[in-house]
Order: sequence, then structure tokens, then C-alpha cells
Amino acid sequence: MRYTAEVVISLKPVVNDPQGLTVRAGLHQLGFSEVSEVRVGKHISMEVDGDSESSVRQRVADMCERLLRNPVIEDYRIEIRADGA
Amino acid sequence: MRFGIAVFPGTWSDGDCARAVEVLGHESVRLWHRERDLQGSDCVILPGGFAYGDHLRTGAVARFAPLMEAVQEFAAAGGLVLGICNGFQILCEAHLLPGALTRNASLEFRCETTWLRVETVDTPFTRDCERGGVLAIPVSHGEGRFVADPSTLDRLEAEQRVAFRYVAPDGSAVGEASPNGSMRDIAGIVSEGRNVLGMMPHPERAAEPLLGSGDGMGIFRSVVEAVAERSTFAVVP
Repeated sequence: MRYTAEVVISLKPVVNDPQGLTVRAGLHQLGFSEVSEVRVGKHISMEVDGDSESSVRQRVADMCERLLRNPVIEDYRIEIRADGA
Repeated sequence: MRFGIAVFPGTWSDGDCARAVEVLGHESVRLWHRERDLQGSDCVILPGGFAYGDHLRTGAVARFAPLMEAVQEFAAAGGLVLGICNGFQILCEAHLLPGALTRNASLEFRCETTWLRVETVDTPFTRDCERGGVLAIPVSHGEGRFVADPSTLDRLEAEQRVAFRYVAPDGSAVGEASPNGSMRDIAGIVSEGRNVLGMMPHPERAAEPLLGSGDGMGIFRSVVEAVAERSTFAVVP
């Protein structure tokens, strides 16, 4: 069965994010003064074959640990959905 | 002696490193990323550039290259590995050095002369330098902000593994003039075994007075001395 895996990689809260600060400054410039915190991350979308949602999640977590994120500076979040279900 | 200079798709500083080695009167060979043979190198240089386009993260893909497996074994056996700029980023991704290199605090790509204070001469890469001396060596990077958790930073300092710090030309604290906002102004560190050095500035671009500074040569000279001293035992796998 084919699944879509969405991985969001974000900088750990303790890591300074100059891109986020710059985006926030830009939003404030445009008048969006209600914005207090901006963090810029990465979004990786994958089509993955597997037997079940949990086994795909396990494999994608392994991908995150081994390549997709740098554990020193980044956290990740995984969403899995079955395609055409 | 023989320096092996790694070449990944996107490496750009291999020619400058080869020139620095040539100025010293030594030999260099290029090591292609798909090969595993270090060709008898006494020291492996991972030069600057954008290996594999720096996609995903700087150095993230390069660390899986067949050549890097050989470099890992070489380093584990005590071989000398010098990672410059992108090479430093690759060494961190390969866990040969702690920490990570992130986007410059300014968000700008910085290409300019920096001043580095030599923090320890107790490494094969700085033994010919003067402790506390200031070297004029350029940087050229967009992602050189060294980041690690406080306990790692404390440990690096306690073990005198910070090789270079960014300073003002007179050797005082760099403050706001830091090229990238690195934690504790760290510009270069060595591994626990002291045989792996990663640094963001480019010593090969300060290899001759004609280039504006010859200060980078102290690092290459140190390596030559260190290799000569222990040439009586083999470290090369």
C-alpha cells in the first residue's frame, strides 16, 4: 500500500533562528504586529510503500534519525496518510 | 609527504589547497568521492565548496560518500584529517567532530579576512604556530555559525580543543564583528584524539604574501612537521 509521509524539520527551540527573526521583522513591517514568534523549517514530502501506517511511520522516523534531520540542531514531526484511501 | 585532497561534486577549493601544498614543496593527490583508496596520503584535506550542492544540509549527503568511509577509518586509526569550510561541515555531519554549522547570524554570505587567535598549539595542525598569536585568514561562507549545547562547549574548552577563535585584529574579543555569530567565537576545533581539525576560515587562501597573507601556512607546516615526526610508525590503513 502507498502512503504519503510529510516530514517537518524545525530548529530546536534553543537554536537561534536568524531566518525566523528576519521573517518576523518583515511581517511586523507589513503591519502583522500580532506575530510574536516565527521559526523557519523544512518540509519534506515522500511517497512511501508499506504494510501499515505504523510500519511506514517507523521507517520514516529511521530516515529522520539517519539523514533527514541533524540531531544537534533540529527536531522533526511526521504525518502519514494512506493514498487514495 | 603526500596530502590527499578530497573532491566531491561541488568542491571548489581543491586547487587552492593543492597550490598551498606545492608552495611548501610537497605532493598532493586528488581523492574522488566515489573512490575508497586514499592513495597513501599522510594527511587528508576536505576542502571548501558545496559538496553535492549542500542539499538538505551542508555536508549531510557528502558524509555517505564511499571516500568518507575510508576517511572515517583513517581518522579512527589516528590519521590526520583537515576539514576546511565545507570540509568542517562534513566532519560535523559525519560525527568526527561535535556540534553543527548553521546559517550565519547576519544571514549574509561572508567573504572577508578574519583574524584568528591560536588557542592551543597542542595539535598536529597548530604546533608550528604561536599560542595566542593572531592569524589573518579569510572566510567565505554562508553557514559557518558554530553551534553546540553548553556542555559540549564547556568540554571543548576544558580539553583545549578549541583551536581558533575569531578575534579583532589586535587579538581582543571580536564582539559584533564576528563573521557568523559562532558560539563562544569558535572558528575551529579538534577531535578528542586531536588528529581531526575542522575550521571555517581558509588557510589555503592565505598561503602566500601575494594573496595578502601567508598566515595560513603555519597550519600546513605544522602538519608536515607532525607527519615527519611520526613517520617511523604507520597510521595509514
